Amino acid sequence: MTITDVQSTPPNEQGYRAFILGGFHFRRDEFFVHISWPTGKHVASIDAFLRALQRDVAWDFFYGTVNFDHVFGTVNHYGTVDMFAGRFNDAYRRAELDHTENFETPVIRETFKAMLADWTNASFDPFASPAETAKPFGNKDGDNLEAVTRRRISASRMVGVPSDEQIRTDESGFPVNRMFADVPQDEPEVHANPGFESEVAAFNLFAYLSRSDVTWNPSVVSVCKDSLYCPTTEEYILPIVHGNDRVEWFLQLSDEIIWDVQDRDTGAPRAKVTMKAGDVAAMPADIRHQGYSPKRSMLLVWENGDPALPERISKGLENVYPVEF
Amino acid sequence: MTTYVTQFGSLDSYDKGGIEIINDDPKHFVFSNIFEVANGAKPYEKVAVAKNTKYVIEAVRTEGTSGWRSCAHDEFVTVLDGEVKVELVKLDTPAVPADKEGSVALTGEPVGQPMGHLVLRRGHQGLLPANSAYRFVADRPGVLFQQTIQGDDTIERWAEICLS
Ligand SMILES: [Fe+2]
Repeated sequence: MTITDVQSTPPNEQGYRAFILGGFHFRRDEFFVHISWPTGKHVASIDAFLRALQRDVAWDFFYGTVNFDHVFGTVNHYGTVDMFAGRFNDAYRRAELDHTENFETPVIRETFKAMLADWTNASFDPFASPAETAKPFGNKDGDNLEAVTRRRISASRMVGVPSDEQIRTDESGFPVNRMFADVPQDEPEVHANPGFESEVAAFNLFAYLSRSDVTWNPSVVSVCKDSLYCPTTEEYILPIVHGNDRVEWFLQLSDEIIWDVQDRDTGAPRAKVTMKAGDVAAMPADIRHQGYSPKRSMLLVWENGDPALPERISKGLENVYPVEF
Repeated sequence: MTTYVTQFGSLDSYDKGGIEIINDDPKHFVFSNIFEVANGAKPYEKVAVAKNTKYVIEAVRTEGTSGWRSCAHDEFVTVLDGEVKVELVKLDTPAVPADKEGSVALTGEPVGQPMGHLVLRRGHQGLLPANSAYRFVADRPGVLFQQTIQGDDTIERWAEICLS
């Protein structure tokens, strides 16, 4: 798959290309994305759309459903991806106006990457807190390929282990974030006897997170078989509404996040979960959730990467709730 | 310019959030607080605070010197309060069968080569390498949480620790 396989038009009056994928058509103007499909159309703020598109691309469609908003999104089938409109919206479903198309992952991945690259202007970083980047609006004004193609960090054993992902420093281009200026930067004492340098390892996770330049971007720091620690720093609103295909856990490491929890399929509100430092909570496999972080906070997202899980859950072999008590 | 204060918890001082139910059961969220769990735990009890099939995160109250343990796979500890020394020994012969998951308690002193040690404070994460023997030493009470697989000594007391 190469970029030439992406279907797009020449730039419009505002300077942006339109993109076509199956029956879906995407165009942007100064303020909005306009999406159309055989049974309907949708308009959304380009700001929210680009922030969501950035996560979907960077996470390679993540686990389960990535709802960009109450209408549009993707479902990952790990090899193929569904792109949908209205599928997880009760009113659209009842009116039979929902629409879903399935694509080979590389096809939708390349289209989304090309759209993100073309529609992101020079001064906008979709991964940054809105307080730390310019606005995405207006006519086409350069690009920000460095920001939208950031390398996804993913440790294979643990951050800081020799030959694995390394800690963040001023020198490596990761200054401490303005909201974490008070986070201690001391590294642990590591005393390895000769020959055990690759096994005696530790790092300061809080310092590492205080130096993250992105928000709402879980990335792996340690791996115990399929158990993946995916901590992330959060500020403002999670730009997507995540629909689970498995249980996911949150361990709040600092500050506070408020989660809106809704039914995964209909969007009906189920609960509001407020998490403070030291709180642990499960997100069941049948919900969708969106978080609000009033101050930049540290969240440990804990995932089970077992590829057999979604099918086991949909067949009823695993409970959608992790613990019975 | 605003001066931001980052809120971390500790055994002595933590603030617990909560659940506002609209149409659900609070038990579905298995909501607990690690500091509260550690406050109610004996030193080095391994109390599960999160579980996803066989995988767990255990909350551990660090206080005094723990027994030696070993595990056939990597585990990881992250300190939330206090300071803990982690002593590591490369066992001459593995103490745990390769297919056994979760850690096991060792009897007596481990036989093998000293690998070195870690000193971990708040926010520090350390590796407990597969097939090493490890133990914790803490002069004052503290808290860590451990990424591992449910083992013989994992304690489940969900009804006591979770909102319902
Ligand atoms: Fe999520």
